[in-house]
Amino acid sequence: MIVVNTETIPGYEIVAVKGLVQGNTIRAKHLGRDITASLKNLVGGELTQYTELLTESRRQAVERMIQQAQELGADAIVNVRFTTSSIAAGAAELYAYGTAVTTVGSTATPSAGSFSPPPATPRSTGGPGSVPPPPPSVD
Amino acid sequence: MEILIQIVVPLASVVVLLMLGFTIGRTRERRHFADLEHREATNSKFLVTNLKTVPPGMQPQTATLVLGATVIASDYLKTFLSGFRMIFGGEMKSYSSMIERARREARLRMIESARAAGAMAVINIRFETSNVSGTTGRNAAPMSEVLCYGTALLPSGH
Repeated sequence: MIVVNTETIPGYEIVAVKGLVQGNTIRAKHLGRDITASLKNLVGGELTQYTELLTESRRQAVERMIQQAQELGADAIVNVRFTTSSIAAGAAELYAYGTAVTTVGSTATPSAGSFSPPPATPRSTGGPGSVPPPPPSVD
Repeated sequence: MEILIQIVVPLASVVVLLMLGFTIGRTRERRHFADLEHREATNSKFLVTNLKTVPPGMQPQTATLVLGATVIASDYLKTFLSGFRMIFGGEMKSYSSMIERARREARLRMIESARAAGAMAVINIRFETSNVSGTTGRNAAPMSEVLCYGTALLPSGH
């Protein structure tokens, strides 16, 4: 699942728009964290535990959004936006939304300026006992 | 005598808290700004833009979302001084520096996670600021979250 906040995906072409997908989560603050936070309010600076809490919650919201996109049969989400809002004292809502789309292959394999489709022959002519191709260099 | 205690004790605690905010808060802020400048200098060659399109000359194979976030609190002195500022109006310098710190930190975290993923640039970045203290009124201690997110351009599949 490719997730980007641009309207297009570099290297891919969008062939179908599946619709809006969203994910949200509302998190309450932890009492122990609140105590350390109130101490931090005296000296200022970053509230590391809150940063972690919100980052974790936001990841959950994104995961819910991705799950919705998978249910729609999409393989990418474009134009993702985030919003955070204070719902009640001590609770925050994290919301992520975007457009689920289906994409087709990489358009970033230029073959001398022509519009020829990518080669149909698979890279590994995997007969029985043949050596599998080396895995693509990841990272 | 009892009246004296009732006045002196709260006053002394306020003074102690102000001193604490002034000494520790200022030191930490200065240290943080020095750290930000150092990290910004190491990442100064890395392209970060809020344009929506791929910059000319770059041919990314794929892309991914990158995020950077931080929650920041103000110190006691700043909260105290802002009470006066509320009376006279004008720019709240103490809070601007607080938000500036958070925003630069969030942006740097996003850049660092993009570089860790091997990205060549980050496009279409957005900033979002929100109040997470959840309380309002006189005793509200400002706490803000700054989120920075964008699309990292990757040279190969991730």
